[in-house]
Amino acid sequence: MSKTVKLRKGLDIKLVGEADKLKVDAPMPASVALKPTDFHGLVPKMVAKEGDKVKIGSVIFYDKYNEAIKFVSPVSGVIEEVVRGAKRKILEVRITPDAREDAVRFEPKDPASLTGEEVKAAMLENGLWPFLKQRPLDIVADPNVEPKAIFVSAFDSHPLAPDYDYIVHGQDQFFQNGLNALEKLTSGKVHLTLNGNVPADATFQNAKNVQINKISGKHPAGNVGTQIHFIDPIDKGQFVFTVNPQDVVAIGKFFAEGQYDPTRIVALTGSEAKNRRYYRTIVGASVAGIVNDNLESENVRVISGNALTGEKIDRNGYLGFYDAQVTVLPEGNQYKFFLTKGWLGLGFDKYSSHMLFPTWLMKNKKYRLDTNMNGEERGFVVTGEMEKVMPLDILPMQLIKAVMTKDIDAMELLGIYEVAPEDFALCEYVCTSKIDIQEKIREGLDLIKEECM
Amino acid sequence: MKALEKIIHNLDPKFEKGGKWEKMYPLYETLSTFLFTPKHVTKKGAHIRDGVDLKRTMFMVVLALIPCLLFGIYNTGHWHYEIQSYVNPEFEGYRDYLTGFGDKVIYGLMKVLPLVIVSYAAGLAVEFVFGFIKGHGLHEGFLVSGMLIPLTMPADVPLWMVAIATIFAVVIGKEVFGGTGMNILNVALTARAFLYFAYPTAMSGDKVWKSGTDDMLVQADNVMPDGASGATALGDLASFVGDSPVVAGKVMSSSDDLVAAFESAYDPIHAFIGMIPGSVGETSTLAALLGGAILIFTGVASWRIILSFFAGGMLFGLLMNGAGANAYMDVPGYYHLIIGGFAFGAVFMATDPVTAAQTSWGKIWYGLLGGALTVLIRVLNPAYPEGIMLAILFMNVMAPLIDHYVVQTNIKRRQKRFKTA
Repeated sequence: MSKTVKLRKGLDIKLVGEADKLKVDAPMPASVALKPTDFHGLVPKMVAKEGDKVKIGSVIFYDKYNEAIKFVSPVSGVIEEVVRGAKRKILEVRITPDAREDAVRFEPKDPASLTGEEVKAAMLENGLWPFLKQRPLDIVADPNVEPKAIFVSAFDSHPLAPDYDYIVHGQDQFFQNGLNALEKLTSGKVHLTLNGNVPADATFQNAKNVQINKISGKHPAGNVGTQIHFIDPIDKGQFVFTVNPQDVVAIGKFFAEGQYDPTRIVALTGSEAKNRRYYRTIVGASVAGIVNDNLESENVRVISGNALTGEKIDRNGYLGFYDAQVTVLPEGNQYKFFLTKGWLGLGFDKYSSHMLFPTWLMKNKKYRLDTNMNGEERGFVVTGEMEKVMPLDILPMQLIKAVMTKDIDAMELLGIYEVAPEDFALCEYVCTSKIDIQEKIREGLDLIKEECM
Repeated sequence: MKALEKIIHNLDPKFEKGGKWEKMYPLYETLSTFLFTPKHVTKKGAHIRDGVDLKRTMFMVVLALIPCLLFGIYNTGHWHYEIQSYVNPEFEGYRDYLTGFGDKVIYGLMKVLPLVIVSYAAGLAVEFVFGFIKGHGLHEGFLVSGMLIPLTMPADVPLWMVAIATIFAVVIGKEVFGGTGMNILNVALTARAFLYFAYPTAMSGDKVWKSGTDDMLVQADNVMPDGASGATALGDLASFVGDSPVVAGKVMSSSDDLVAAFESAYDPIHAFIGMIPGSVGETSTLAALLGGAILIFTGVASWRIILSFFAGGMLFGLLMNGAGANAYMDVPGYYHLIIGGFAFGAVFMATDPVTAAQTSWGKIWYGLLGGALTVLIRVLNPAYPEGIMLAILFMNVMAPLIDHYVVQTNIKRRQKRFKTA
C-alpha cells in the first residue's frame, strides 16, 4: 500500500553553507530556555517559579486550556528567569543547568505492550506530547481528538536543511520504538515518507509497523503538509498528527530508558557560519555556544530553523523546540544602488524563480542571499508565480485573498484545513509584491481556530 | 555610489514623520527607492526573498514596448508623407517604404514624443496627487500604462485629449478602486475607450489615421485626391457590409471581387510587418510579437493568454470563413491577426495581470473568448470597425466570472477526494 508521489512543481533554493557531515559535541550550554512562543497559540500556566530547582523532565508549565499537556525542563538546574513581554505574556523560561543529570524517572516499558491510552498518558505527563503537532492548524496536537493518521517525514527539503538520514543514523532501535508508540495513538496508519531522490538510511528503510511512502521532486517535497496532501488528505473535521524524526527517536528513547531525552543534533548552516557541522546539544539550548565563535562576519542574522520558515533569534538566543538547524545569513540592511545590486542590476547575485534574473543560466550555482526584501510591498499584481511553486492542488492566490478578506467559507472550500504557514513559504519567497504570506496564512488559521474548531 | 547614497539618505530625517519636508515624503520615497532598493529586511517567515520586485517586472514591460514604439514613430512619419504626396509631388518617392527614412523618423518623433510626454506627465501627476493623499510613493503600474496610452492613439489626436483621457483613466479606472493592483479595467484601454466615445471624430473615421490628413484635405479643397485613402484596413473591411464598399480609397461595386482587391491592397507580409495605417503603436504585428517574445520568455506576461487569444481570433476567423455570408466573412481568417490592433492588444493589453483572469485555466478561456470576441465585433458589428478594445474591456469585466468557475472546479475536485475515499 505504499505510495510513490512525484512532484512537478516546487523550488529548491540553492544557498551557500551546507553543514559538513561531522557530528561534534557542543559545549554544555550556559543557559537553556523553554519558549511558549514555539507553540503557536499556547497560553502557559506556570508550575515552577524563578529560583526553583528542576530536574530533567520536571514540569515547567502546562497549557492553560488543555491542562493535560505539560511542558518539561530539558535539563537539571535552576530556573533563572521568566522573561515576559507585552501584557506580561511569557516569552521564555530560562534555566541555568547544573552539571548534574538529575531526571524524573519513569518505569521503562515496551510501547508495543501498552494501550493507546497508556502511551498517551505517559507522553502527556512527561512532556513528550508537544512533539506531536496536528493538522489542521499546525499547533500542538489536541489529545482529545482521534487522528486518522500520523505522519513522519524522513527528510527536510528546506534550503540547507539538516540531513535526517545522517542525524538518526544508528538510532534504529529507538526510532522503531518511537514508531511503535505512535502507532498506538491512531486507529489509522503511521506514514513514514522517504525522499524518493536519494536512498534513505537503514533506520528509515527498515522501519516496521508503518506505511513507507516515497516522494520525489523539489521543495516542498519534504514538508509534511505536502505528504499529507498527496497520501492521505484531511477533510474538515479530520485530524492528522505530525512528528519530526528526531523527536520520534526521543519518544522511543523515553519508553526504552524511562527518562526524557533532551539531546538533539543540530546543523549549523548558512553562508555566514564557520565550522558548519552537526552539533550535539539540547532542546532549547542557547545557541551562543555554537554560533558565537563561528561567525564569518558581524552583520548577520541568526535563525533557529531554516531560511524560509525559521525564527529570528539573538546570537545568545535559544534554539526553537522543533528545530534541528541554525542558519546564519548576512543581514541585508544596506541600500542597493539600482543599477548594480538593486532592482535593475544584472542580478547574478540573486536567486530568482522568475526569468527576469539570470538564475536559469547557472543551474548549479549556490547563492549567498541576504535578508533584504529586494523591493517594497505592493498590492497583488503578478499572477501565476505562486502556482509554479505550489505542488498542492490548492489555489494559493485565491486562498490568500480569502484569508485577507476573512472569508471563512471560501477559506474552508479552498483548503485552509490542509495547510500550515510553512506550506506557503515558497509563495512568500517568490511573491513580487513582497507580501508576508506565511503571516497571513497564520492569521487565517487563527480565525478558523476561533470560529470553527 | 556611496557618495550619492550618503547625500540622499542624509535627507531621510527631513522627510520622515515630523521632519521639515514630511509632506513631500511620497515624492522623496519614489526617487530614493528608484535609485536605491531600500534596506528593508524581512522580519519573520521567509528570511530570504526572491530578487524580483514590481519595479523590475514593470520595467521589462516598458522594454518590451520599445519595438512597438520605434516602429510606431517610423510608421507615423511614413503615412504622413504618403498622404502628403497626393498634393505635394515632391514627396511622391516617399510612398516607397525606405525613401526619406530620416524625414519620416523625425516627423514621427515630433508627433509621438509629445504624446508620450503628455501621457506620462498627466498620469504621474494624478498618481502623485493620490500618493500624497495616501502617503505613499509611486506604485509602478502607471509606468506601463503611460507608455501604452500614446501607442493606442492616432498620431494626430490633440494633446489635451490625451491628458484628459489619461487623467480620467487613472482616476476612474484605477485610483478609485485603490490603486495599482486593484483596478477592474485595463487603465490604458479605459483611456482609449473614454476618447473613443467622448471624441469619436478624433478617434475614428478615415481622417485620423494618417498624420496630416486634415492639412492635406485643406490643400485639396476637401476632396480626397484620386488614389489617396485615409482609412485603415479595418475601415475598408467594415465598408464591405455597407452600400459602397471601398478598398484603399477606391470605391468598388458590389459585383467586384472585394476579397481579391483587399488582398492585393493589403499584402499580408506588409500588414504583418506593420506597413498599414493605424494607431501609433498597434500596426506592427512583428513588433508586438517581438515584445511578446520578451514577455513570454521572462514570464512577465502569461503565454496562456497570448497564445489562446491568437487561437481564439483565428478560430473565429475560420468560423466566419465557413459561414461566408458576405465579402467581409470571406476575407481569410488570419488577416484578423495581422491588421488593426489585434497583436498589440493580445500581447500588451489582454495580459495585464491585474485585469485578466488569474487562474491558469481561466487565462486560457479568457484569451480564447477575448480573441473570438474581437473578430466577432469586427465582422458582425459594422458600427465598430475595430473590436479589440471593447473585447478586452468586456473580458476584463468577465474575468472574475471565469475565475469563479475555475475555482469552483478546483473546489469540487478537492471535495471529491473525500467522497471516493
